[in-house]
Amino acid sequence: MELLSTNILIFAGLALVMIVAAFAAVTTSRMMRAVTYLLFVLFGTAGVYFMLHYTFLGAVQIIVYAGGIVVLFIFAALLIGKGTIDVTHTSKRRYFAGLLTSVSAMMITLYLIVTSGFSTDKFTVDGVPMKVVGTALMGTDKHNYVLTFEVMSILLLACMVGAIMIARKK
Amino acid sequence: MLDFGTITTTIDQYLHSVMPTQAALIVECILVALCAVLAYVMLAIVMIFMERKVCAAFQCRLGPMRVGFWGLLQVFADVFKMLIKEIISIDRSDKVLYNLAPYLVVMSSVLTFSCLPFAQGLQVLDFNIGVFFIMAASSFGVLGILLAGWSSNNKYSMIGAVRSGAQMISYELSIGLCILVIVVLSGTMQISELVEAQRDGWFIFKGHIPAFTAFIIYLIAGNAETNRAPFDLPEAESELTAGFHTEYSGMHFGFFYVAEFMNLFIVAGIASTLFLGGWAPLHIAGFGAFNAIMDYIPGSVWFLGKTFFVIWLLMWVRWTFPRMRIDQVVSLEWKYLLPIGLVNLLIMTICVVCGWTF
Repeated sequence: MELLSTNILIFAGLALVMIVAAFAAVTTSRMMRAVTYLLFVLFGTAGVYFMLHYTFLGAVQIIVYAGGIVVLFIFAALLIGKGTIDVTHTSKRRYFAGLLTSVSAMMITLYLIVTSGFSTDKFTVDGVPMKVVGTALMGTDKHNYVLTFEVMSILLLACMVGAIMIARKK
Repeated sequence: MLDFGTITTTIDQYLHSVMPTQAALIVECILVALCAVLAYVMLAIVMIFMERKVCAAFQCRLGPMRVGFWGLLQVFADVFKMLIKEIISIDRSDKVLYNLAPYLVVMSSVLTFSCLPFAQGLQVLDFNIGVFFIMAASSFGVLGILLAGWSSNNKYSMIGAVRSGAQMISYELSIGLCILVIVVLSGTMQISELVEAQRDGWFIFKGHIPAFTAFIIYLIAGNAETNRAPFDLPEAESELTAGFHTEYSGMHFGFFYVAEFMNLFIVAGIASTLFLGGWAPLHIAGFGAFNAIMDYIPGSVWFLGKTFFVIWLLMWVRWTFPRMRIDQVVSLEWKYLLPIGLVNLLIMTICVVCGWTF
């Protein structure tokens, strides 16, 4: 029971960081700050994965999102230029459209979270061994993902070829 | 050999016997964090002193000699100076990001540092994905550098940060491939198991040609990753004054400085863990008496000895080679190191499948 409450305390801390950072990310008008606040949301998510002993997922979360996507965002913001990247609210219509979209998205997400039953029977305290993750990613049986894996790699290859095409255009 | 696991278990049991579980956990967390950060700072001080002495030796000088015997107190004096300096704020800079950036760099560095195995059982983090976590933790240090360059409101800082970002992201690929070579050879990613597997022979001997190639590529890429010469364009003193940390003063500059030195220690520590056996002593098959003598040397001495040897190699390179241009830096990675690394990984896989390893 005591250990459980420690877990809940840590989870509450992580959730607080994530919620505050998420709000800050969408309310700030400076692009670079928004990206940095997003980084803390991603760290919080990784922390939750580590709490659940999904160490592989947590490390992937950090290496792909924090080390990859956020760096990509920062580079994109730098390429756009300093004067143009900060957000300015121009019209009221846009503001309300944004509000409507985010509220409806929140309703759908909340509905899904409340109605779907979370199965705790598949959860293991020791986490998933690396061999299981590896064979599931590269296996060809029923619940394995080798096709998804290969399709993703082809998608990434196409992206790289496209980037080279744009970069080499005279 | 002394197993530190028994000592930590004894402390753990003692704490649990005198206080409730929750309090014991908190005390343990604080103790571990305190020890890790203290080791981090002390090693940084040792490394800064070593850098100054090694640099002096390569340039036929004596280095710091005035403060304390043989200049031993010089770095402590420098640290004290840094601590009492004012932390200035820059006009029209992004204050939040400007103050956050050094902490991001240090956070990434400390997280990676805590994965290093100093001796048997003397390791803070030991996940089943060990080396993958090391790569993940070291991957967001570049964010701190990019944010530092951006928020300083200085063109030279910005140029330094973008150069550093491009260089670190590129060379991370080579480091990943070299780590993969060892993962293929050992079949595990857990750091304690990696070291355990090297008790009867270090991986650089077990994996012969591909492991040695990976070791060399790792050293080159690691040098680039820490922004040291010949890859020190991001902070080229003569052109960019200091790169991304030009506008930082006091302890904020100190954080960048310490993180840079400790990243060198971490790169060397990972090299000695993956290739040179970590805390595992040197054993030669068939020489029973020799192996027994080697076992008497403690594991932490082995680990620190190997790590400082690799650090010395990297310092030798730093004070010997001239600085490269940015196009040379990028083409070295993408046209030479990365293809060699990929072929090397293939060779290692073939060796392991055919059983051509020792």
